[in-house]
Amino acid sequence: MTRWEDCPLAMALATNKHKPVVKALFQSHRRPYLHAMRPDELLCPRPEGLYCPPGGFHIDPVRPVERALITHGHADHARAGHGHVLATAETLDIMAIRYGEDHAGSTQVAALGETLIIDGVAVRFHPAGHVLGSAQIAVGRGGLRIVASGDYKPRPDPTCASFEPVDCDVFITEATFGLPVFRHPDAGDEISRLLGSVGANPDRAHLVGAYSLGKAQRVIRLLRDAGYDQPIYIHGALKRLCDYYESQGIALGELRPATVETGGKGDFAGAVVLGPPSAFGDKWARRFPDPLISFASGWMMVRQRARQRGVELPLVISDHADWDELTATITAIAPEEVWVTHGREEALVRWCEMNGTRARPLHMVGYEDEAE
Amino acid sequence: MRRFADLIDTLVLTPGRNGKLKLLSGYFRAVPDPERGYALAALTNGLDIASVKPAMLRELIAGRMDAELFKLSYDYVGDLAETIALAWPVPAGPHAGRNDAPSLTGIVEALAGASRREGPQLIAGWLDQLDASSRYALLKLVTGGFRIGLSARLAKQALADFGGVAVTEIEELWHGLEPPYRTLFDWLEGVADKPVNAAAAPFRPVMLSHAIEDADFTRLDPADFVAEWKWDGIRVQATAERGVRRLYTRTGDDISAAFPDLVDHLAFDGTVDGELLVARLAEGEVSIGTFSDLQQRLNRKTVTGRMVRDHPAFLRAYDLLQDGSEDLRGLPFAERRARLEAFIAPLDPHRFDCSPMLAFDSWDELAQLRLALPEPVIEGVMIKRRTAPYVAGRPRGEWFKWKRDPHLVDAVLMYAQRGHGKRSGYYSDYTFGVWRGEPEEGELVPVGKAYFGFTDEELKLIDKYVRDHTIERFGPVRSVRANAVTGLVFEVAFEGIARSTRHKSGVAMRFPRINRLRWDKPPAEADRLETLEQMIAGAQ
Ligand SMILES: [Zn+2]
Repeated sequence: MTRWEDCPLAMALATNKHKPVVKALFQSHRRPYLHAMRPDELLCPRPEGLYCPPGGFHIDPVRPVERALITHGHADHARAGHGHVLATAETLDIMAIRYGEDHAGSTQVAALGETLIIDGVAVRFHPAGHVLGSAQIAVGRGGLRIVASGDYKPRPDPTCASFEPVDCDVFITEATFGLPVFRHPDAGDEISRLLGSVGANPDRAHLVGAYSLGKAQRVIRLLRDAGYDQPIYIHGALKRLCDYYESQGIALGELRPATVETGGKGDFAGAVVLGPPSAFGDKWARRFPDPLISFASGWMMVRQRARQRGVELPLVISDHADWDELTATITAIAPEEVWVTHGREEALVRWCEMNGTRARPLHMVGYEDEAE
Repeated sequence: MRRFADLIDTLVLTPGRNGKLKLLSGYFRAVPDPERGYALAALTNGLDIASVKPAMLRELIAGRMDAELFKLSYDYVGDLAETIALAWPVPAGPHAGRNDAPSLTGIVEALAGASRREGPQLIAGWLDQLDASSRYALLKLVTGGFRIGLSARLAKQALADFGGVAVTEIEELWHGLEPPYRTLFDWLEGVADKPVNAAAAPFRPVMLSHAIEDADFTRLDPADFVAEWKWDGIRVQATAERGVRRLYTRTGDDISAAFPDLVDHLAFDGTVDGELLVARLAEGEVSIGTFSDLQQRLNRKTVTGRMVRDHPAFLRAYDLLQDGSEDLRGLPFAERRARLEAFIAPLDPHRFDCSPMLAFDSWDELAQLRLALPEPVIEGVMIKRRTAPYVAGRPRGEWFKWKRDPHLVDAVLMYAQRGHGKRSGYYSDYTFGVWRGEPEEGELVPVGKAYFGFTDEELKLIDKYVRDHTIERFGPVRSVRANAVTGLVFEVAFEGIARSTRHKSGVAMRFPRINRLRWDKPPAEADRLETLEQMIAGAQ
């Protein structure tokens, strides 16, 4: 295993949201457009995902490929059927939980901060702050460095390692919430609203929709941090991932299965019940007394979105960067160029242009995150 | 402001009519005068804030953020007030986020005393102090039109529930009342007598019909019913009392100002229910203009002499509700109709006539009449029970409408645009075209746009089809692959068709909608432009 050639980047750097990247450390890297190779010779968008021709690997491919580097375990990024998968230990565990141990021909653990060389291409994983195990992937060759950030959020999250800005020539970002209307409030305040509603509606079960990987565990952990110590009921689809988070040292308190076998209908009055958003349309939701439908998602910022989903208590809790965080991250990293993979790419590209950074949309398909 | 913002937020998200009614009547109970009255006015669009107009809000936000970023945000959110509320960049400062702007009452009163120059400055100052949800409530307050699934009628029902009175009592009083409605609340709380409707010529809640169903024809005896044409204009109520003359829409909006030519001729004392048309009497015959002629007269702030001359307003009467001081609404339809004919007879025949009754002995006979409509401005037939009193709302079993079958064509999806509001994640507005020339070598020409007629499930399928078959993107619009072999065929239903110089195809449809998705149909088999041209020729 080779160390990243002359990279002075330290893990200690900039682990907090607005902590500036110390530019002086990186000046040696900045040789704009004097690189031996063009950025899109090192990494380029293909229908199946980002592809590195010299390294012969894809990042987060949406179709089975020979060599895949996976940023995190969400289903739109991590798919089964690849020949070889390189990802963090947690992401590999999550893929095994979701798809079975044999989801890939072979797997290899990428430790955060350690450099691997793949056919002359340096590859390094850095924390992305999105969900447990999530990573950005830095790809470097000949003094050129590109960071594919996958999905990320710079704000603190008690269930995963914090995002760190990585110095690079090209920063590849998503733009799920890439519009100035998305300014996510403090997640703790949203949890307080949920607890306020639970207190005010003791006869109703609060059904909180939360994506099964990451969001659900974060909501539970935030409830515990807010002092809520009642048992929390969970849909069967959340159980294995909650168990896994527990095994990784993230305490979630007492969780009980939200099934009728465990009690009568009235038993759920005043309870908090978590389930995947997809379960809310079917029979499962109808078993609860006068359910109050809630949904923890960045989309809940827009009223008509909440209304469309029949959500009575929207909780704006997102595992993605909001507008201010996207723009602050780009400002802090100050790359030569920004590539936007998916989401509201037009607005983010516009912002980059207004602020003197070259930017282009990649129009990548298959990553739209409606369940976020 | 916080209390009003909470009401709006909760109303938006409370599912179902009953939940909203409970919430509103609870609000009326908990909140003192005059705030509850101003809230009621805001929710029923009764608050006219002259010092701020939507265009001024656009200017305010244009001064604060990039126009292109605002446009993209607005495209996504689909609502001006919500977009500004969310995107408003709050400056750092001692007041930021303190949410200590004045109360609803304070805001309404400050704006009432403000000039058009001061109004927007006040708003900007408050926006800097408020949080996003209070910003939304403030902006909705000044622009009106809360898109929150709450009709004025529902607000009146909540008042009725709050006071334990019938909603029609509130509707009858409504036009004589002014915000903040103190006399109304005093009466509803039982501390004062019912306000006397001081306003002359109040609106009288209208009677509406149900669509007739196949089973009704076997169930109902034709001898119990009369029928008349359903004219394709605007249902109105013309009323004159003690020198006050008003023209109301069927929901009670006062549109007198737009039709001075008709209002000047309301030379009677009473209330007539009828259809507003553009029509002219010549040589004893009334010739009626098309719906688009009538549209020339709608939504105009000023009415020019030329407009009045070229598109004269005309009232075709259906019913008589009030004759002088006598309320006729309890009488059977047949008796009211006789009174109506006597009432209309002395009026100016250039402005009024009675909708003719249709003679029929069986439903089949009526069906024959409906298949051979004598004029294009007829939407179908109305069937009314001879003994029916005039009952506000939509009582069962009294009045039925039997609409003409819509026109149908098969057209090919050409462009899709991202929707607004709750459909903003989907491509939901479709432009479709038909063939000019042979499909193999001819071209598709766009003939119309539709954004409804499909289910939510179908929307998802079309949206996926659009994404999978995009050939070009221009902002929120995608151009969809459409040729003789590849393409999605819609069966489009529409109510009418006319020549148009504004459209490349030369035709314009009225009320087009997606009737069916024809996944099974090859695009080459979609209709030709000639078919539409024949329809126009047939209508003339
Ligand atoms: Zn993700």
